[in-house]
Amino acid sequence: MLYLRRKVNKMIANIPFLAVMAMIIIGLATVVFKRNLIKMVIGVSIIESGVNLFLITLGYREHSVAPIYTASPGGIMSYPVPQALTLTSIVIGVAVLALMLSLVIYIYRHYKTLDIRKLGGGEE
Amino acid sequence: MNILDILLQQSPALIVATPLLGAFLTPLIGKLGYNVRNIFIIIILAVTAFLVFLLASDVFSGNIHTYVFGGTTSTVLSNTVIRILFEVDGLSIFMAIITVILSLAAVIYSWAFMREETGQDKYYTLLLLMTTGMFGMVLTGDLFNFFVFLEITSIASCALIAFWTHKAKAVEAAFNYMVISTIGALFVLLSIAFLYGKYDALNIAKLASRITPVSFSFIDKLSLILLLAALTMKAGIAPMHMWLPDAYGRAPASISIILVGATQASLYGVFRICFTLYGNVIQIPEVSLGWIMVILGLITMLIGVFMAMIQIDFKKLIAYGALAELGYMFLGVGTGLTILSNPQLSLASNSFALQAMKGGIFHIINDALDVGLLFLVAGAVYYATKESSLNNLGGIARNMKYTTVFFLIGLLAVSGIPPMNGFASKLLIYESVYQLNPILAIIAILASIMLLAIMVKVFYSAFLGPKIDRFQDIREAPKSMLIAMGILASLIIFFGLFPDLIVNTLVEPAVKAITHPTSYILWLTGGV
Amino acid sequence: MFEQLLKTFDTGNGYWNPLVWGFAFLIIFLIIYILRGRGNPSYKRGTEQTKVFLSGNPEYENKELLHVKASNLYWGWVESTKWVINTLKKMHTGRANDYILWFTFMIAIFMLLLGVI
Repeated sequence: MLYLRRKVNKMIANIPFLAVMAMIIIGLATVVFKRNLIKMVIGVSIIESGVNLFLITLGYREHSVAPIYTASPGGIMSYPVPQALTLTSIVIGVAVLALMLSLVIYIYRHYKTLDIRKLGGGEE
Repeated sequence: MNILDILLQQSPALIVATPLLGAFLTPLIGKLGYNVRNIFIIIILAVTAFLVFLLASDVFSGNIHTYVFGGTTSTVLSNTVIRILFEVDGLSIFMAIITVILSLAAVIYSWAFMREETGQDKYYTLLLLMTTGMFGMVLTGDLFNFFVFLEITSIASCALIAFWTHKAKAVEAAFNYMVISTIGALFVLLSIAFLYGKYDALNIAKLASRITPVSFSFIDKLSLILLLAALTMKAGIAPMHMWLPDAYGRAPASISIILVGATQASLYGVFRICFTLYGNVIQIPEVSLGWIMVILGLITMLIGVFMAMIQIDFKKLIAYGALAELGYMFLGVGTGLTILSNPQLSLASNSFALQAMKGGIFHIINDALDVGLLFLVAGAVYYATKESSLNNLGGIARNMKYTTVFFLIGLLAVSGIPPMNGFASKLLIYESVYQLNPILAIIAILASIMLLAIMVKVFYSAFLGPKIDRFQDIREAPKSMLIAMGILASLIIFFGLFPDLIVNTLVEPAVKAITHPTSYILWLTGGV
Repeated sequence: MFEQLLKTFDTGNGYWNPLVWGFAFLIIFLIIYILRGRGNPSYKRGTEQTKVFLSGNPEYENKELLHVKASNLYWGWVESTKWVINTLKKMHTGRANDYILWFTFMIAIFMLLLGVI
């Protein structure tokens, strides 16, 4: 019984990685198969969230606390470098999302539709 | 120490910081007037050019420059590299020289090209930001830093592609470019995370010393595949090249020329990954990247010339020509990689490998100059006649004499005709690739001939022909555009007349840096 | 010093020297210019001899109709390689969905080639 319980404990730690893989595949499928422009933007955002989740999960150590020295409850700390990388990536993702949505607004003004199959007939 | 030594020591950081400072000061100085702001930007880029050439004169004599952000000399603490490092070797400074020449030409060209547009402050700010991003991409020695600068470049260039927001197709091309850039960059970040999780290092030199044939496993292969696929998509290699003609063709002409530089910076990323990051493991037979690069280069060339034959839009046609030229670079460097990665073949007996790499890397700067000149000519024709389709043009050579001469120089250079620089690099590529497999050289020569046919088609239908009444009183392009085109044309002729000088000075250190990855990671044991 | 400068022009392949080509081009151009500049005594300006001949077709006033359009040039090549060009045209759809589909396809090809799968 204890052997099985330890095995389940070890397997539970892999769930974030499975979630990352699921998010990346769902995001890619959204960008490839959906026709609505805003759904494509949401797909890119899902891929970005998946990659950020992967970065944070890399830095986790078992039974660790936040890597802050002031008023720390003691014990081992998780790695701080992936958290810094994730912050940078989230900021870049915000800028990219803002730019893509503003481009979608311009496309809507020109073509009056958000369907990507109906684009391409505009004037030069 | 005199002022030059201090500048030399700080130059990797100053090269990135000066355009960044200029980018943020431009809206302020723009309040003073149009000419003041343009002179300010040209001064900023001239200072950057001076720093680049100062650094180049030292790097070409064999030293690798490192710059640590954070100031102290020692950055290795108990086998962990702490601060962010810029590492400049022969290939990095070669790409930086290309970047600074293209940016200077673009800014001098935009003086007259953008005179009647609104929103010029934002245009120049984004242009300088894009230049910063490109310098950061080529000078950095840290993988995550490379990702950040890659994103800066793609965001700034996407906003510039969509600059003419009243044209529907420009915004659509920018949206496609943004989706592709973001997904590519996110996959780069994913593979950086894989490598960090396995080796606990982000510095390229440290990672290269830790990826050894003993520790090579599934995760390394997966990272290599993701990095390669994402960066070759950003570099415009077939079959992921389809964003390239739309983006180059719809952007303003002065932005297309810097986009060429941004695409080549991503190509630099591919070379850095294949040769330096995985430098210790390219001899493993499973990592057979050489033939992949050769085949992809050939496919890119053929798709480029076949699609260019049927285009009627001036800039889109030249963009397909630029796509074909990218295939040459990949072909040349891939040939070198096939020989380098085979442990049974020695480099001495197959000296064509080094020649092929020299040709491929020399072609990078030649292609930037040639295709850049052609884009500037296309922009000048658009500025004068407001027509972008070749079906409506004709007989322009009567009024725009200088532009026609520049287009002739660009035509000869792109197809590889002797007095121009395209001939020198293409001859190196033909001769060496022939010894790998004759069919490759035959396809390369065929693509070159078809490029000549395509450019002659453009020349005939746009410049030659009877006098058309609509174009009776178009005037020659303004002086600043002619000066920018003149700089590029004179560089083309100079590189074409003295190719040996350029290969020995500029290209040889780059090839030496790329084929000896141990010199890149030497600073780790030196402790600088 | 002059010998060293001359040596830098040598690409090691005989007469592919760009300076030799430029010089030869100049000489030949001068010869042809002088020879052709002597004129043709049977040319009379302003008579029927000098009008444009378009195989009996009338010469239009609007010169734009006389110029061959860019989409009609190289008709022979485009017709004979029509199958390649039509396949390529269908591939370049202009939609972002297909671009990312090619990207995942290339990841799959790389995985097969490099021995991951």
